[in-house]
Amino acid sequence: MKKFDRRGFLKLAGLGGGVVFASGLVRLAGAADRTAGQSAAYDDFYFVQLSDTHWGFEGPPNPDAKVTLKKAVAAVNGLAEQPDFIVFTGDLTHTTDDPKERRKRLAEFRDIVADLKVKNVRFIPGEHDASLDKGEAYQEFFGKTHYTFDHKGVHFIVLDNVSDPAANIGEAQLQWLAADLKQLPKDANIVVFTHRPLFDLYPQWDWATRDGAKAVELLMPHPHVTVFYGHIHQEHHHMTGHIPHHAAKSLIFPLPAPGSQPKRAPLPWDAAHPYKGLGYRSVEAEVKKDEYVITELPVPKG
Amino acid sequence: MNSNIRATVIAVAFFIGLGTGAAHVAAQPAEPVIKITAKKFDYTPNQVTLKKGVPVVLEFTTADVLMGFNVSDLGVRADIIPGKVVRLRIVPDKAGTFTFFCDIFCGSGHEDMTGTITVVE
Repeated sequence: MKKFDRRGFLKLAGLGGGVVFASGLVRLAGAADRTAGQSAAYDDFYFVQLSDTHWGFEGPPNPDAKVTLKKAVAAVNGLAEQPDFIVFTGDLTHTTDDPKERRKRLAEFRDIVADLKVKNVRFIPGEHDASLDKGEAYQEFFGKTHYTFDHKGVHFIVLDNVSDPAANIGEAQLQWLAADLKQLPKDANIVVFTHRPLFDLYPQWDWATRDGAKAVELLMPHPHVTVFYGHIHQEHHHMTGHIPHHAAKSLIFPLPAPGSQPKRAPLPWDAAHPYKGLGYRSVEAEVKKDEYVITELPVPKG
Repeated sequence: MNSNIRATVIAVAFFIGLGTGAAHVAAQPAEPVIKITAKKFDYTPNQVTLKKGVPVVLEFTTADVLMGFNVSDLGVRADIIPGKVVRLRIVPDKAGTFTFFCDIFCGSGHEDMTGTITVVE
């Protein structure tokens, strides 16, 4: 199996001006040292996170909305080294009251991202996809709204905090999470994908999950947990105890920093700098060190 | 865009709790009621002025879909249920201007469904 080399990747990807954010928990000496047999099961890899594409949105905050997603797909396809998998962390489509139009947008989104070279693509609903029909249309296209998968020594957990329009994960899903965590070793490498922040980032703008603290409480006994989410249309990093939470940029319009202005209105499109504030990210998992290196990538203008 | 529609404790003089079966009991001062209507995607009124320490009852109705009312800074929230009158009693314990917002996703424009409560000394 090929060993991923971060420096090599950064060079290959040509990240002029890209921000590299090293996240993670460098394991304490003596804590959960792995046996030679165990470490052989680990390999570094990287995945790409795209978020909040809002397919179907039209308006001044993004006059290029009809091509932004396609440009992002082309940009990912253009990465010199392709990721192991790609994840879309919600709000694939922009909401509509019309169930037929909702399905049309979901179908168009599915068809556009089918052009990704990487075929291992994971999806998560956002409230725009799922809150008005409790995820019914979303599930017709993308299957379950919460699930797990394993990849090269990392256990990935997808949590749905949007199918309930009141932004609850809900007791049933929390019990499912507890049961999943129970069968893992305490020192398992765990990554959570979700749409809304699991903590109260800024409840005044609905940037919270009503029962998110219960999920964090369940995760807390595990020393190696990292959360990636979307929803807030900007890069943001926050710790709840030892658990880092990383919000991704949007691919439709940026939103202001939490509480920085009276309303959470989209930041205006800057004609002099199109696509400013939009982007996606690569996340390199250095599994053995339990470290995630996040690289923010722009959407090309051309 | 929401029009700015204001309500104050003093200006709105609806009263509740005036039971007739307790004439022998000293009259309790009634708590003022402020009626708030929610619809996609605004509240009427969307600016409310209250007095610190003075109880008030917010009375919500909607002819639309299920919506929320949340003033996280004051630690209160309510579901606004179609076909029902929902009452929320508040005793503001601090002065300032606080945002209220819909915390139940109700469609495109949900993000704009906000207002402010100003609490004066």
